[in-house]
Amino acid sequence: MATKGKLEMEKMVVVEGSYAVAHAVKVCRPNVISAYPITPQTHIVEGLSQFIADGEIQNCEYINVESEFSALSALVGSSAVGARCYSATTSQGLELMHEVLFNVSGMRLPVVMTVVNRAVSAPINIWNDHQDAISQRDTGWIQLYAEDLQEAADMTAQAFKIAEDKGVLMPAMVCMDGFILSHVYEPVILLEQELTDEYLPAYEPLNTLDPKKPMSFGTLADPNYYTEFRYLQQKAMENALKKIEDAANEFYDVFGRYYGGLIDEYQTEDADIILMAMGSIVGTIKDTIDNLRQKGVKVGLLKVRSFRPFPAEAIKEAIKDAKVVVVLDKNISLGLNEGALFTETKSCLYNTKNRVPVVGYMIGHGGRDIRMSTIEKIISEAEEVMKTGIKLESQFTDVREEIL
Amino acid sequence: MKITIGGVCEPGTSLVNKTGGWRTFKPVYDYDKCIKCKLCELLCPDMAVLPREDGYFQFDYDYCKGCGICANECPKTAITMVLEEK
Amino acid sequence: MKHLLVSGHRGCAGCCDAMATKFTLMGAGEDCIVVSPTGCLEVMTTPFPETSWNVPWIHSLFENAAAVASGIEAALKAMGKKGNTRIVAIGGDGATMDIGLQAISGAFERGHDFTYVCIDNEAYMNTGVQRSSGTPFNASTTTSPAGKVSFGNQRPKKNMPAIIAAHGSPYVATTSLAYGKDMIAKVKKATEIPGPTYIHCHSPCTTGWGFDTSKTVEVARMAVKTGLWPLFEMENGEITKVRKIGTPSPVEDYLKMQSRFKHLFSKEGGAEEIAKIQAIADKNIEHYGL
Repeated sequence: MATKGKLEMEKMVVVEGSYAVAHAVKVCRPNVISAYPITPQTHIVEGLSQFIADGEIQNCEYINVESEFSALSALVGSSAVGARCYSATTSQGLELMHEVLFNVSGMRLPVVMTVVNRAVSAPINIWNDHQDAISQRDTGWIQLYAEDLQEAADMTAQAFKIAEDKGVLMPAMVCMDGFILSHVYEPVILLEQELTDEYLPAYEPLNTLDPKKPMSFGTLADPNYYTEFRYLQQKAMENALKKIEDAANEFYDVFGRYYGGLIDEYQTEDADIILMAMGSIVGTIKDTIDNLRQKGVKVGLLKVRSFRPFPAEAIKEAIKDAKVVVVLDKNISLGLNEGALFTETKSCLYNTKNRVPVVGYMIGHGGRDIRMSTIEKIISEAEEVMKTGIKLESQFTDVREEIL
Repeated sequence: MKITIGGVCEPGTSLVNKTGGWRTFKPVYDYDKCIKCKLCELLCPDMAVLPREDGYFQFDYDYCKGCGICANECPKTAITMVLEEK
Repeated sequence: MKHLLVSGHRGCAGCCDAMATKFTLMGAGEDCIVVSPTGCLEVMTTPFPETSWNVPWIHSLFENAAAVASGIEAALKAMGKKGNTRIVAIGGDGATMDIGLQAISGAFERGHDFTYVCIDNEAYMNTGVQRSSGTPFNASTTTSPAGKVSFGNQRPKKNMPAIIAAHGSPYVATTSLAYGKDMIAKVKKATEIPGPTYIHCHSPCTTGWGFDTSKTVEVARMAVKTGLWPLFEMENGEITKVRKIGTPSPVEDYLKMQSRFKHLFSKEGGAEEIAKIQAIADKNIEHYGL
């Protein structure tokens, strides 16, 4: 299924990506926003602070916390009271939240957080890659990756809908590439309040901290019970697989825009070579594919929107006829020499009959520019793999050998 | 009992856990000495001192762990700790 | 009387945490929401599927109780549900004075309407009596043990009430398990004053300090009588009320009750070390006018 729906030009305004997201958060009617400033997330929280200062978000408190750790911790309390909760962070801030991330998902609190993806220190680097969010993949958060500004904004409303679903009740990260999406100005349609109200109903929590019904939250589970809590979280993630599709379809029904559910496909129908990727690199790949298609190269793209839950079945179906699969990752598992999407894609194929060769490229670390010429080179190497098999399974891209 | 989402628990449910079995010594009142000052009730860390209608108190041996704070603090030495017979 | 913390909890016989929490809830009343960081209190009161709490209660992590309390307060305000509901965080000395200090500083600086109660039993009891910044001078703990060349913990207690007062808190008070009604009254006052307020309760731990389970209150009383634990109230940074102790008891009377100080009475040089502790008490007596 390809991207569908027409963008209504007359509704478009040119805004910064961060503003589009802040505006999307506003129309989702959050009750508590708690965040700590960190580049390149700042413009989102500055935007939200201004909305609050101008009285544009009713029934909402903004907490100027003293750290990312407290940013998310405060939302544990807020969400347990029944509030719709939002935060935004990136990189070091997300890593500082690590312990709280597990806590939020374990307590089944549907907090939504924008992660403006950035590299992690050391060396310190403020530019984009996906190492921050990928490093949190096992914390029990839904992870969605946006391709462009419009999708980052629209995905925010979808994330609340998915996270707050009674069959899910898991927190969600909306991941958008730092600077490339957060700081770029593009024409977007800002989410309309009326349509958002139609799309996103008020959050109805199962339990709340309430003196009239004094429940205990965050109890201790011994070995007799702990397994079942983890099992139920996994089941909730499985439920989210369908809910992510539903949320995208329902969004299309209300807003007329669609970017795929768990995944999206571009020119894959007859493709011998299928590239897989997440985030803003998808745009560069699509342009490259357009060029190469004119030259007769049968190449397509599988865009992964949901990294957690991992859409194994959708991926297997999408690549079933490919002759080679090339996975591009903006992250690395040091010591394995693989990116996470590559490792997991290989893994989901292992016990199947599909023996398609899968190769991985780690690319764009710390904001290294990704050029169309680089994508073209990768595709030409994939053509070689089709002919002669895999020589290098996984590799760094664009390493500057001359300075090593 | 079913697992609840997020491990949420109903209030006051630890009453099923009868901690009286932990006890080695048990407190016993001498009501002739008791002046109903309520200090034993106030200080009991196990909420095991129950008021009676006549203003005196009685021990809830289902939960009393036998710490002896009540006996130690009683201003009239109206509480004695005696070895629990098992 | 309806107990807001009920029987059946797994606290040790003679548990100071249970007693301090009981007093706290008697002061705060039924219309409150309690936040507990990780620690003995959390572990002993909420083994799933049981809880000893009859008020809404939440535990998140070790270091974030004040942040969680902030979030609860903000959410209640945003949703128009604050009313008279009091938000009370109850944490141990480790969660308060060490690992949770940053979150507490943030919450007090932001001015959230809540009360933080520190149950100070002067070490990490839940993990087996390790030293915290609340551990007093010369106390032996499992990570500051007395030994051939050591008298135990070599630093004085961190002055947490002063740190909170420096944040501009409208009400800071110290309490003791030996003065239960005083503590209940102070907690009530703290929860009724708008803004972030603080109660620091000196709480002798039978297991960690090494005294008979029946002596929890007696040990607490002796700490006050020696001047080692001054009872006072501070409003807007100024000391407004102090409990006078009359003729102070010598610190030996307090120290000899507890095995964590027994090395001071058996080791060569112990008398000089006890004199240093007496000097701490004397300084308190002078400073607070006990």
